Amino acid sequence: MSFWTRTARIAVGMVFLMLLMAILVEITPLGENLWMRVFFGISALNFTLRAAIPLVLGALSGILCERSGIINIGIEGMMLAGAFAGFVAKSSTNDWPLYLSLFFSVMVSLGVGGLMGLLHGTLSIRFRMDQIISGSVIIILAAGLSSYLYDRDAIAVGKFTTLPIPLLSEIPVIGPVLFNNPPITYLALMLVFVVHIAIFYTRWGLRTIAVGEHPRAADTEGINVNRLRYLNTMFSGMLAGLAGGYLVLEAVGQFQEGMTAGRGFISLAAMIFGNWTPFGALGAATLFGYTQALQNEFLMAGVTTIPRQFVSMLPYVVTIVAVSGLVGRVRPPAAIGKPYETEGGKS
Amino acid sequence: MNTPVLEVQQISKFFPAVVANKDVNLKLQSGEILALLGENGAGKSTLMNIIYGLYQPSSGEILVRGKEVRIRSPHDAIGLGIGMVHQHFQLVPVMTVVENVMLGSESVRQGLLDRDMASQRVLDLSRDYQLEVDPCALVEDLPVGIQQRVEIIKALYRKAEILILDEPTAVLTPQEIEGLFEVMDLLRKQGKSIIFITHKLKEVLRIADRIAVLRQGELVGEVQPKEASETRLAAMMVGREVMLQVDKTDAKPGALILETHDLQAKNDLEETCLNQVNLNVHAGEIVGVAGVQGNGQTELVEVLTGLRPLEKGRIHIGGKDLTNATPRQITDQGGICHVPEDRHSFGMVTSYSVADNLVLNSYYQPPFVNGVMIQRESIEENAKSLIQKFDVRTPSAQTPVGSLSGGNQQKMIIAREISRPIQLMIAAQPTRGIDVGSIEFIHQQIVAKRDEGIAVLLVSSELDEIMALSDRIVVMYRGSIFGEVSSKDATRKKLGLLMAGVQPNSESIHESSH
Repeated sequence: MSFWTRTARIAVGMVFLMLLMAILVEITPLGENLWMRVFFGISALNFTLRAAIPLVLGALSGILCERSGIINIGIEGMMLAGAFAGFVAKSSTNDWPLYLSLFFSVMVSLGVGGLMGLLHGTLSIRFRMDQIISGSVIIILAAGLSSYLYDRDAIAVGKFTTLPIPLLSEIPVIGPVLFNNPPITYLALMLVFVVHIAIFYTRWGLRTIAVGEHPRAADTEGINVNRLRYLNTMFSGMLAGLAGGYLVLEAVGQFQEGMTAGRGFISLAAMIFGNWTPFGALGAATLFGYTQALQNEFLMAGVTTIPRQFVSMLPYVVTIVAVSGLVGRVRPPAAIGKPYETEGGKS
Repeated sequence: MNTPVLEVQQISKFFPAVVANKDVNLKLQSGEILALLGENGAGKSTLMNIIYGLYQPSSGEILVRGKEVRIRSPHDAIGLGIGMVHQHFQLVPVMTVVENVMLGSESVRQGLLDRDMASQRVLDLSRDYQLEVDPCALVEDLPVGIQQRVEIIKALYRKAEILILDEPTAVLTPQEIEGLFEVMDLLRKQGKSIIFITHKLKEVLRIADRIAVLRQGELVGEVQPKEASETRLAAMMVGREVMLQVDKTDAKPGALILETHDLQAKNDLEETCLNQVNLNVHAGEIVGVAGVQGNGQTELVEVLTGLRPLEKGRIHIGGKDLTNATPRQITDQGGICHVPEDRHSFGMVTSYSVADNLVLNSYYQPPFVNGVMIQRESIEENAKSLIQKFDVRTPSAQTPVGSLSGGNQQKMIIAREISRPIQLMIAAQPTRGIDVGSIEFIHQQIVAKRDEGIAVLLVSSELDEIMALSDRIVVMYRGSIFGEVSSKDATRKKLGLLMAGVQPNSESIHESSH
């Protein structure tokens, strides 16, 4: 299998196209046009990336889980749990050195996300609960607990700041957009490559695909189907937790109730739109992030010719169009949503 | 005598309420093909699943090369050199041949899969054992015959010395079966030991070194092919004398009942699966539709019974135009009865009682309904008489039909379908997976209906069944009727070629191996 699958080429091509337009806007008279600045200015691209990161992480989370045959609509809840846990960890370690405290909080986000993943795994594997219901349980649990336990007086002091990469960040346009970011952003972009390689080029990935497509076949080759599924739902939870950690520790710096605001669901859409591939998810997340950025840019530029409500609708309209299959056929893992029972298991 | 490579001693397996195996003893010598013969439900697959570690035996021992072993999972079995080709292939459709072969025994270099090395080994194996296959092809694009080769390669890739082939011939054309037997012969010559599971008598006599017969979970005997005959083996399988031939007189075809013009339809994947199908069936004749599974037979039956929309073409039944009519219009106005291929999904409601299942196609008509009220007594009476007439073995008319054996379920469906006024019977795989006794009974019923002047369309992937019952045989290949043969001229070879898409008189016969 070649590294650049079709989805990967489309996604990377899209990113390059946007960067190219930004360069043109920056260095040619195109930049004098208000609309060009709104659509392709550096600030639009920066905002796109910031909006896309939690979606990328959420979609990767979904891919890990669903590729192994477990539906994960609970990403929203795992994200929220990760965000809340990160906040609690950060606000209780304010007196630690900043980076140590932030690093610790990220670990807590990952850990709590992983636990939520394991809970989803246990409900849907051990107790064979309908996976949609189990996911809903996760969402309601996270929303309820984080709201109940939230101490409104607590404050997190400090958040991740940008780490410009020497030399690379000096490149015009590309530097400020891609190489002058805080650490979780870099990590998320690297994870796209890591997950891509892990799924398509490693033993674990081959087995994950087999378990998600035809678990009985995997079982007859001596692969422990349910153990792999537990492992993957845990990884999935960790990535969703990291997305939550990103919101609190890198993007906002504080926790708000319900702060994930549907990002988990949009991640799910990005995963489907990207046909359950990491690069596809990156492309889709970039697209969704871009629509959010436009909303912002329109406001900033004072564009009033288009009613604000229409612009605010854009991310959701694009999501619906994307998932409704207007952009070609996607193919979910064949065994998704079906609990697996070994043949001799009952007796 | 040498130590057997595999020996099972006193193996028993009990499921809740069912004895699947009881005190079975078997020995497999190195380099031999042992045929395990038995009807569906005789416990063959259970026994093999025990050897392959998918089930744990309730009691008894397994010895591999003279040593007692405990096989807790397929992983253990693979480690002991046991490989299994399952009846339903265990291949992941979206993965390539080499990915499927290496799954579970991956070769890894620097943490990444080593596809090149695995491909090379697949090519080596396919050369050594004449199992030609392209390692980079996606499994879902391969025909079943090739998928089976992939399964065999998979076992050999894991260095299997003992191969279990579970009903390997069920999905193959006669020519492909010959090819498989050549491969088995080659494997035997190279010292591999094979357990070959089947319920087809001809095949057993053709290839096996030794034949073990299972009946109701128990080993009833072992014979040498030389001293066995089909009749004797059938009697051992069933426990009584069986009529293997169907007694029937020549057909006396009457009026044209079913007439189709240029049928065209799409399958569930939106691909054209029926193309220009023209088919005529007359009263008083049985027309057999032969073909390898998946060449449009299923869709043809669905189109004729109103379960699948037609893209183009017309259907006339008894002179009436019933193109794209609803199933109820077709059964009521066309007088069609339908014995569906998948009896669990389309033939019955498994949780309903036998009595209720027997009126699924007529509950809305008197005497079973009066106004809006269901008439329980009529339904009971109907059940009582049909159960007796069609020899449905059930504890009572109120028993859920799902708990009956396959043969009795099928007899129930036949009873329901043909006990109303009909002019056309469509029977799809009417004897798939049922016991020889029930097969005999159902065949007699079909022939009796023909003799009453009913038109019969019989779709079956069992060539023996087609040849035994049909007066005329049409062969489907890639969605079209590829050839027609009268029953007198039909030979396995001729039909096999047609099934593989080769006209018997064309010159390309010798290139038709795949």
